[in-house]
Amino acid sequence: MIGLATEYFIILIILSLAAIMAVIRIVLGPTAPDRVVGLDTVNTIVIVSMVIFGAAFEEVIYIDVAIVYALLSFISTLFIAKYLQGGDY
Amino acid sequence: MIGIITVIVYILLAIGIFFNILAGIGLLRFPDVYTRLHAGTKCTTFGSIFIIGSVIILGLKSWYLGNVNGSVLAVHSIGALIAILFTNPTGAHAIARAAHISGVKPYGAIVDDLEKRKPATKKTTKPKVKEEKA
Repeated sequence: MIGLATEYFIILIILSLAAIMAVIRIVLGPTAPDRVVGLDTVNTIVIVSMVIFGAAFEEVIYIDVAIVYALLSFISTLFIAKYLQGGDY
Repeated sequence: MIGIITVIVYILLAIGIFFNILAGIGLLRFPDVYTRLHAGTKCTTFGSIFIIGSVIILGLKSWYLGNVNGSVLAVHSIGALIAILFTNPTGAHAIARAAHISGVKPYGAIVDDLEKRKPATKKTTKPKVKEEKA
């Protein structure tokens, strides 16, 4: 067993507080790029939370899911930015 | 030896949590898209390095103590860290470029030196963006 599971759960709770602050920015954001910035922050926090979850339960499959989620969220962010700046595709 | 490693892991987790909370607070408090991008991207990247680094050190410790599963955990965490390190600054650059091209001005800005340097492939129809309430 890898140990430190309780500490990792406390850290997950604190990380979810940071994610809640980013979600408040997504709801409040006056312009569209503000909401995209909040979405990007939520994505990064979710990736870190998945890695911590995998370390707490000692399941490697959560970390693989985190890698795939990182790449897919990167592609979605790039496409939203491409949509916001207009022009030809 | 093992006690020192546990202390190092606690310190790394504290630094990472501190920077992630700073990212959330900065995302709420800053007045502008670009400053929010500073808080929301750089702080989470820097905090993620330390948090995933603590997971890597724990996996290596578990491998050193004879658990084969720990090495797999460490290597896959390194993969996730590399994915974050490559994708996060690129996405931030794309968001900042899109925000500037779509017409969002920085807070309190008077002169925009990048105004003339918009790319030539841009169409004349801009997406409508609401004015910054500041």
